[in-house]
Amino acid sequence: MADVVMGKEKCGEQRLVSLPLSRIRVIMKSSPEVSSINQEALVLTAKATELFVQYLATYSYRHGSGKEKKALTYSDLSNTAEESETFQFLADILPKKILASKYLKTLKEKREEEEEEEENDNNDDESDDDEA
Amino acid sequence: MAERPEDLNLPNAVITRIIKEALPDGVSISKEARSAISRAASVFVLYATSCANNFAMKGKRKTLNASDVLSAMEEMEFQRFVTPLKEALEAYRREQKGKKEASEQKKKDKDKKTDSEEQDKSRDEDNDEDEERLEEEEQNEEEEVDN
Repeated sequence: MADVVMGKEKCGEQRLVSLPLSRIRVIMKSSPEVSSINQEALVLTAKATELFVQYLATYSYRHGSGKEKKALTYSDLSNTAEESETFQFLADILPKKILASKYLKTLKEKREEEEEEEENDNNDDESDDDEA
Repeated sequence: MAERPEDLNLPNAVITRIIKEALPDGVSISKEARSAISRAASVFVLYATSCANNFAMKGKRKTLNASDVLSAMEEMEFQRFVTPLKEALEAYRREQKGKKEASEQKKKDKDKKTDSEEQDKSRDEDNDEDEERLEEEEQNEEEEVDN
């Protein structure tokens, strides 16, 4: 089944789809509510995934900073996920990367902020009592 | 069926080739970028499947079909994929039709051969079967006319 559409026939037909249908099928079936998938749907999903890969790569390259260096890097991709609405659904799996030291610093600052707020709340409560 | 983590990934070699063909010549792709795109592709399949499934359920069907996938693309704001997908679908259908016709022709040829073998057999049997044999021969002649 997969062989045929992958163009393994020797008659020289152009490949319709390069991604292996069997693998695409496994991924699709892992989705909870899906019962069965018709062959055409499988072929189209595989084809759509190829188009998606092309689109993601070219979009990220054009909008990314790697352009001057003639390279596509991870940060180009995570920028795309963050900035483009179309690719928003990828934001969770393509998080921005920061240095560990920076992250720890941010955490520390956040904690200090929260402690300050707590103190302020306590002070406010005391003053309320006075007014009553 | 338990899926191992690697089963949900797409083959690196194919992904890499698709990326290279899409980008201008001489552009390098970091390993991290490649792996990220591969993961993104798997997530895309899941997202598309879930979306297509909603359309199938709306149509009270249990089987995902081509139009569900096309509707999903529009829903996901990948309208630009719709036209090339429709073209791919046409090409696929033509290919399937061609194959079907080829195998039907093969079957026809095979049946003809089997019929003539049976004729040889019945000659050795009782004469009561003569009528039957005559009918068969007539049938064969008709088939030849069709061809």
